[in-house]
Amino acid sequence: MSVSAFLRAMLTTLRQSWAGLRQWPASDVAPLVLFIVFALIPVFAGTGAEIYLLSLFTRVMIFAIAALALDLIVGYGALVSFGHAAFVGLGAYAVGILASHGISEILLALPLAIVVAGLFAFATGLVCLRTKGVYFIMITLAFGQMAFFTASSLAPYGGDDGLTIRARDTLLGFAILKNDRALYYAVFACLLGAYLLCRAIVGSRFGRVLRGARENPIRMASIGFEVFRYQLIAYVISGALAGLSGFLLANATSFVSPAYMSWQRSGELIIMVVFGGLGTLYGAIIGTAAFLLTEEWLSGLTEHWKVIFGPLLVLVVVFARGGLVGSAAKLAHWLGDDPVGRGKESAAAIQADILRRAQALRTLASGHSARLRPLMHTCCNGAGRAARRLRDEIAGLSSQLTRRFRGG
Amino acid sequence: MSGGPQALPVAVGARREAIVGLMSLSLLLVQTLNGLQLGVLLFLIAAGLTLVFGVMDFINLAHGVQYMLGAYFAVMFYALTGNFLLALVLALLAALAFGLLLEFSIFRHLYDRDHLDQVIATFGIIIFLNQAVKLVWGAAPLSLPMPEILSGSVSLMPGLIYPVWRLVIITSGLAVAALLYGLVTYTRVGMLVRAGATNAPMVSALGVDIRRLFMIVFGFGTMLAAFAGVMIAPILSVEPGMGDTILILAFVVIVIGGVGSIRGAFLAALIIGLVDTLGRSFSVDILRLFMAPSPARTVGPALASMLIYLLMALVLYFRPTGLFPAKGR
Amino acid sequence: MVEPVLHLENLRKNFGGLVVTDDVTFDVAPLELHAVIGPNGAGKTTLINQISGQIPCDAGQILFAGQDVTLLPVHSRAALGLARTFQITSVLPGFSALENVALAVQARSGTSLHFFGRADTEAALNDAAMAALADVDLADRAHVAAGHLSHGEKRALELAIALAMQPKLLLLDEPMAGAGREEAERLVAVLRRLKGRLPMVLVEHDMTAVFALADRISVLIYGRILASGAPDVVRKDPRVIAAYLGDEME
Repeated sequence: MSVSAFLRAMLTTLRQSWAGLRQWPASDVAPLVLFIVFALIPVFAGTGAEIYLLSLFTRVMIFAIAALALDLIVGYGALVSFGHAAFVGLGAYAVGILASHGISEILLALPLAIVVAGLFAFATGLVCLRTKGVYFIMITLAFGQMAFFTASSLAPYGGDDGLTIRARDTLLGFAILKNDRALYYAVFACLLGAYLLCRAIVGSRFGRVLRGARENPIRMASIGFEVFRYQLIAYVISGALAGLSGFLLANATSFVSPAYMSWQRSGELIIMVVFGGLGTLYGAIIGTAAFLLTEEWLSGLTEHWKVIFGPLLVLVVVFARGGLVGSAAKLAHWLGDDPVGRGKESAAAIQADILRRAQALRTLASGHSARLRPLMHTCCNGAGRAARRLRDEIAGLSSQLTRRFRGG
Repeated sequence: MSGGPQALPVAVGARREAIVGLMSLSLLLVQTLNGLQLGVLLFLIAAGLTLVFGVMDFINLAHGVQYMLGAYFAVMFYALTGNFLLALVLALLAALAFGLLLEFSIFRHLYDRDHLDQVIATFGIIIFLNQAVKLVWGAAPLSLPMPEILSGSVSLMPGLIYPVWRLVIITSGLAVAALLYGLVTYTRVGMLVRAGATNAPMVSALGVDIRRLFMIVFGFGTMLAAFAGVMIAPILSVEPGMGDTILILAFVVIVIGGVGSIRGAFLAALIIGLVDTLGRSFSVDILRLFMAPSPARTVGPALASMLIYLLMALVLYFRPTGLFPAKGR
Repeated sequence: MVEPVLHLENLRKNFGGLVVTDDVTFDVAPLELHAVIGPNGAGKTTLINQISGQIPCDAGQILFAGQDVTLLPVHSRAALGLARTFQITSVLPGFSALENVALAVQARSGTSLHFFGRADTEAALNDAAMAALADVDLADRAHVAAGHLSHGEKRALELAIALAMQPKLLLLDEPMAGAGREEAERLVAVLRRLKGRLPMVLVEHDMTAVFALADRISVLIYGRILASGAPDVVRKDPRVIAAYLGDEME
C-alpha cells in the first residue's frame, strides 16, 4: 500500500471514529472525559512543583460532591437551598468531634457524618418545604445560620477558631487515607459513586416525580402524588450526600471550622452549580472545577482578584444562560459542520414561530370569547352572534395554520 | 410604723434594692431604645428591598452594598466639605447616581430572569464592590464624626443617660417612615407602587410606564439604604463588608413582614430590632433563671444570635408567606 | 337504589362576604354524564375546585365512592380515583406527551419510591399511556414535548392524563374553552365515546356540546342550583330560560 493510500485510510478512519463519537450523547461523553481527566491528575502531579495540583483537585472533587447534591434538588427539584453549606459543615464536625474524643475510625465517622446531615435535612425540611420561592431560600438560609452560630458557640470544639484534627481517619486501624494520593483516589471513588447514584435517581420513578413536581406541582398532586413527601426525601438524600462531602473535607484539610457553614459558602455552592449548568449533574462538577480553578488562578495574579471575579460572575449569569454546559451546547450547534441540519433547524424555527403565533391567535380569541361570553348569553343578540362568529373565524384560521405547518 | 434604730437597716436595704432596680430598669430602657434604633435602621434598608422585590420581583442582594456605599460616600464628602449635612446630601445623590447606574447597566437585564440568576448576579456585585472599596479607600475602618451639637448625651430620666445621636437616628428614621407611608398611601405614584406590588403585569397592561415606576422605586430604595448607612456611620466603623450582615437581617425582615408590604416591613423591623438587641443583652440573665451560670454563659450568646432566625422559622411555619404579604395569602 | 358516585351535601363556600357556593346538594349517578351550566361568575369552577380538593369548603360534606373526602387533600382524592382536567391547560411542558400520561399511570402502579431503574423504559407504563393517548386521538404525537403541542392537543392530553388514572369519576372544567369549531366537534366525539364507560361531571358554556352529551343537567346561578334534571326538562324550565339560557336557544 502506498504512503498516500495509507494516509487516506488513516484520515477516513479518524473521520469515521469522530463521527461515531459525535453520535454519543454529550451527556455521556462529557462526564466520561471528566472522570478520565480526574483519574489521570495524580499521574501529572508527579513530583516537584505540580504537587499542589493534587490537593487542589482533591478540593475540587470534594466540593463537586456537595455541588452534585445541590444540583439534585435545585436543578431537578427547583428547590433553591441557600443553606447547603450547613450539611457539609455537619459532616465535617462529625469527624472533628469524634476525633477530639479520640475516635478516628472511618466505619464510625462516615456513617455518623451522613446520618447527622440527613437527620438535620429531615428536621429542617419538614419546616422549609412548606414554603416556596424566596421564602424557601430565606428559611434554608436561616437554618444554615443557626447551624453556623451553634458551631461558633461550641467552645470545647474550638468555637469560632475551629478545631484541628491530628490525623486522618483510619479504617480498622489502617491509615489508608494518610497518603495524599490514596486520599485523592478515595475522594475520586466517592465522587464517581455519588455521580452514578444521582444519575440513577434522576432517571428513576422517584426522579421523574421530582422533575414533574418542578414543572407543575399542581398537576402532580391532581394525578395522585404527594409532592411534599417526594421533595422531603430528595432533600434528605441531598443533605446526606453533602454530609459525605463534609466528611471528606475534614479529612483532607485536617481542620473544621464554623466557616464551613457560612452563608457565603452556601452562596458559593449555588454559584458552582449554576456556573456549570443546572440540571445536568456533570455540569455541577464542571462548574465546581471552573469556579475553584478560576479562583486559584486569579488569586495568584493579584491580591484584588475579587474585583475581576465579581464582574465575571455577573457576566456569566447575564450572558451565558444555562451555564458552561448550556453555552457549550449552543456553541457546538453553531460550529456544527452540518449545513443541512442547520437549514432544517432554521426551517423548524420558522415553523415553530408560526405555530406559536397561531397559538397566540387562539389564546387571543379565547380571551375575547371569555370576556364577551356574558354578552353572548344574557343580552344583545346581534352583538353576541357577531362576537361568536369572530371567535369561530379566528379559531378556524388558527387551526388551519396549525394543521398546515404542523403536517410539514 | 416602727421607728428608732431597727428601722434603719431595713430602710438602707430597701434603698439599695431600689437603686439596683432602677439600674436594671434603666438598662432595660436603654436596650429597648437601642432595639428601636436598630429596628428603624433595618426598616430603612428593608423598605427599599421589599418594594423592589414586590414591584419588580427582583431579589437584590446588592442592597447591602448600597448601604455601605452611602457611608463611604459620606466619609469622602465630609473630608471634602467638613460639613455633615452637606456630606449627607451629597452622599445621597452620589448613591442614587450609582444605584441608577447599576440598574441601567446590569439589573435591567435581570428582571425577566429567575430568582436564582438574580441572586448570583447580585452576589457577584457584592464580591466586586466589597473589594473595590478596599482598593479605593483601603481596608482599614474609617470613621465619620457626627455634628458637634448632636454628639453629646442627654438625660431622659434619673439614671438614664442616652446618646443624642441615637435619638436622632430614631426620630429621623420614624420621620422617613411617616413620609414613606404618606407617599405610598396618599399620592398617585404611591398608589401605583402599591398596585405594582400586588400585580405588576396588570399595572403595565393598564398603560402605566412600568419601567419608569421601577426606576422611581429603585432609586428611592437606594437612597433609603444610603441614608441608613450615613446615619449609622458615626456610631459604627465604616469598613468593607459592613453591608453583608445587615443585608441578611433585612431579608429576614421582609420575609417575616411579607414581601411587598411597607407596613409589614415596619412591624417586622421593629420586632427584629427589639428581639435581637434585648435578646443579646439579657439572654444570659434569662437563662440563668433556668440553669447554672456557666452553661448559661455559653448557651446564651449562641441562642441570642439564633433568636431572629428561630423567629423567622416560626412565623413561616404558620404563615408561609409572611405576616402581611402584598400579594395576599 | 344505586348509590351515587359523588354526593355533595349542603356545600358552602364564602370568599370574604361573597357567598360563592350556596348550600349546594348535588349527585352524580354511576356512569352518568352530569353537566353543570350557568353564567360566568356562578361559581362553577369553585365548585369543581372544592370537589377535587384544591379549595377547602367552609361547610358541608363531600362523599366520593362511599367515602367522606371533605377533609382529604388533593392527592389523596386523586389516589381514590377522582380525576380532573383544568380550565387553563395544566400539563408538564418539558415532558413528552407520552411521559405526561405515563406519570399518571405510574401514580397508580405501585410505589414511586424506586431510585434505580429507568422509569421511561417501563413497558407496562408506556403501553397503558399509549392506550390512553389513542383514546383521545393523540397517539401520533406521543413523543412531542407537551409544551410544543397545539392548544387543542394540550386539551386532549389533559383528558388522556385523566383517563390514564383509570378514574372512578372525571371532572371536566370547560374543556371546550378556546376550542375552534372542529376541535370542539372532535372533543365531543371523544367524550361521546367515553360516555357510559365512566361517570363525568362536565362544566361547560358550549350549549351544543352540553345538550349533545349530558344525561342530566344542573343549572348553577349565583352559587345555587336553580334546576336539575333531564336536558329536555331543563331547557324548557322557565326559570332557567329567564336566568340563563335566554336567547341562546333559538
